[in-house]
Amino acid sequence: MDLRFTPEENAFREEVRAFFRDHLPTETRRKLVDGEHMDKDDLVQWTRTLNEKGWAVAHWPKEHGGTGWDPMRQYIFLEELQKFPAPQPLPFGVNMVGPVIYTFGSEAQKKHYLPRIANLDDWWCQGFSEPGAGSDLASLKTRAVREGDHYIVNGQKTWTTLAQYADWIFCLVRTDTEVKKQQGISFLLIDMKTPGIEVRPIVTIDGGREINEVFLTDVKVPVENLVGEENKGWDYAKFLLGNERVNIARVGMSKQRIARIRELAATEFSGGRPLLEDPRFRERLASVEIDLKALELTQLRVVAADAKRGNTGKPDPASSYLKIKGSEIQQATTHLLMEVMGPHAMPYHSDPDDGSNEPPIEPAHAASAAPGYFNFRKVSIYGGSNEIQKNIIAKAVLGL
Amino acid sequence: MDFDLTEEQSILKDSLERLLADKYGFEERKRHMAAPEGWSSDMWSHYAEMGLMALPFSEEDGGIGGGPVETMIVMEALGKALALEPYFPTVVLGGGFLRLGGSAEQKAQLIPQAADGSLKLAFAQVERNSRYDLHHVETTARKDGGDFVVTGAKNVVLGGDSAGKLFVTARTAGGPRDENGIGVFLVDADAAGVSRRGYVTQDGQRAAEISFDNVRVPASAAFGDPENALPLVRRVVDQAIAALAAESVGVMSAMNALTVDYLKVRKQFGVPIGAFQVLQHKAVDMYVALEQARSITLYATMMADSDDDAERARAAHAAKTEIGRGGRLVGEHAIQLHGGVGMTMEYAVGHYFKRMTMIDLTFGDHDYHLRALAEAGGLMAA
Ligand SMILES: Cc1cc2nc3c(=O)[nH]c(=O)nc-3n(C[C@H](O)[C@H](O)[C@H](O)COP(=O)(O)OP(=O)(O)OC[C@H]3O[C@@H](n4cnc5c(N)ncnc54)[C@H](O)[C@@H]3O)c2cc1C
Repeated sequence: MDLRFTPEENAFREEVRAFFRDHLPTETRRKLVDGEHMDKDDLVQWTRTLNEKGWAVAHWPKEHGGTGWDPMRQYIFLEELQKFPAPQPLPFGVNMVGPVIYTFGSEAQKKHYLPRIANLDDWWCQGFSEPGAGSDLASLKTRAVREGDHYIVNGQKTWTTLAQYADWIFCLVRTDTEVKKQQGISFLLIDMKTPGIEVRPIVTIDGGREINEVFLTDVKVPVENLVGEENKGWDYAKFLLGNERVNIARVGMSKQRIARIRELAATEFSGGRPLLEDPRFRERLASVEIDLKALELTQLRVVAADAKRGNTGKPDPASSYLKIKGSEIQQATTHLLMEVMGPHAMPYHSDPDDGSNEPPIEPAHAASAAPGYFNFRKVSIYGGSNEIQKNIIAKAVLGL
Repeated sequence: MDFDLTEEQSILKDSLERLLADKYGFEERKRHMAAPEGWSSDMWSHYAEMGLMALPFSEEDGGIGGGPVETMIVMEALGKALALEPYFPTVVLGGGFLRLGGSAEQKAQLIPQAADGSLKLAFAQVERNSRYDLHHVETTARKDGGDFVVTGAKNVVLGGDSAGKLFVTARTAGGPRDENGIGVFLVDADAAGVSRRGYVTQDGQRAAEISFDNVRVPASAAFGDPENALPLVRRVVDQAIAALAAESVGVMSAMNALTVDYLKVRKQFGVPIGAFQVLQHKAVDMYVALEQARSITLYATMMADSDDDAERARAAHAAKTEIGRGGRLVGEHAIQLHGGVGMTMEYAVGHYFKRMTMIDLTFGDHDYHLRALAEAGGLMAA
């Protein structure tokens, strides 16, 4: 047993860091540090920089443009990306629909979509949830009826992240209403420019504009946009939801936030001294750090096991544990960050895009402290809520 | 022991709750927020007509002679409705300084205007490096002949953008963290040298950044001893904390009601999600947190009038700690149990959650007060 990284792995880490240092625009990094809204363009440019280097879809199989790194290197890459911090490639393409396409898609689909995902030529969004189908996703109602060489799609998707930027949406749709609900679902790729699609924004409690409702009315989708077989969509969806494992705990992101907490706590005052010198505050920070260190090692255990066994692509209940603990730590750090700013976290700083040219309320770096806390309540809700993850562990791990 | 309200108190509670149920639905609240002031001047008039502004002042000063219990009743109702009007800064904070620090002349001059709702007040206290310490005051009040000259900057002055007059803590002597040498001065909000920038806070209420550049006030603007007004400030803030605790009870009870309703109507897997035991237990934790908050609020309310500074302060620390952590539990659970719906601006529960969170950052968060209570020897020592 040896819990250290090998010299080669450490060298790799240095290489990754150096690349970020040399290539990420300072302004993009600043926006991430300050928790500011990123423009579509920031992510497109950055993805293309990564893609030129061959790193945009690092974890994909080599024949589809991946790097061939072992799981440990994948892990290191993502950890450094988050810690730096640099923007994560858009998950809906890179982590979700991409792997579904290269695993279950047709040759034509692979050839067309995969390079466009890697270069962010197509912005993808995820059309799974519906008003009546959240945790109980399989009860979805959006209907696709085959007519000649098209499907006609009618229904509503909701909570669709960044659909306002999307060129494409991958949807779970009902193609058979006569069978058990999981068996009548298909996986369709839909061009957002198709007539009959309407996107309406939903504002989140922090004032953010990241989610939407997507209405589909008589949307004509060519049958070649079906992925895999008709009525097998639930299997692909399960594959997609269980696929994310190497980075589900977002350890790098929490490390970055802890670094930020330290930085700000050094300049905020408590009792006439920097908050960071306050023993009670340090205890509370240390307590989160312990949790995070343990989680990091748990994540690494999963990664190492993957490396030995080879990623089977099958959902592993360990993902559920990593997601639960990871989300709790992310939420604890966003709360701590708000506490650091104290009363100065109270002003609401309107979106700089709203056309107001008033100078920011000082300290400007407090602007995202409370919204960050509010917004991160989502991480225990989406991608399978923490209650659902616990149900999975109770059943699959504990046999209850 | 008697936990019952008197008949008058019950009438106050019922009539205010009725008014708010009638005029402060979620959609109406949105309209109030969109008004230029960020709240409803109609509602303000209704409150004044009901006597809510006159409530805490003694009858001989032109008030109604209510006490902390009456304030508790009002604040709980305002919390439940998530009301936006500057009642807390004007009546609880400003009224507190008038009642507890005003000379006979100051009271005679100002209470009638406050009691009829025409004068709005605010308390300018927080500074860039004060965090939650009331005695950390860098703003100065220099004596000049018979006047004081105030210079400094204050942050997050609740209701500071619409107030006509501001109670300002400023230092007449000593260093930034000395307990002595702090004065409280009443400054006209439009006096020469005062500049204000109003804004919305995270919970949809209003506040202002206010700077004072050589603002000249007469000696008669001082409330209490200009060299030693910290005890007055503490007393006003302890009472304000009891009021915020009461508001929190209203906020928490609204979140609990919304959540329990939602558990009954939202269906997944063919059943109401309230059928899942894990969610039932979370709802029960919320219920227990609310009842604990209600009880500690009663305690702080009973102590709010106490002349025993140490005892009153301990009760305030205890209440602010308990509502801070209980309110966080209730708020976070409420969002979680609503799923995606809880994350949206279009739905009420998130707005309660944000108000609850901001209350924790007002006059000291739960961690600050827990420490203060521990340093004061705890709640049950001898
Ligand atoms: C910010 C954000 C972004 C999102 N982005 C997307 C996206 O891009 N695409 C997409 O398709 N979806 C997206 N979602 C949707 C997300 O996946 C759903 O919100 C999630 O699946 C929960 O569903 P729901 O909101 O309907 O809550 P519900 O399923 O109604 O759950 C409400 C509560 O009940 C609990 N519950 C439900 N069932 C059980 C059970 N069996 N046992 C115990 N407790 C249970 C839940 O844990 C939750 O606490 C997003 C959500 C959010 C908040």
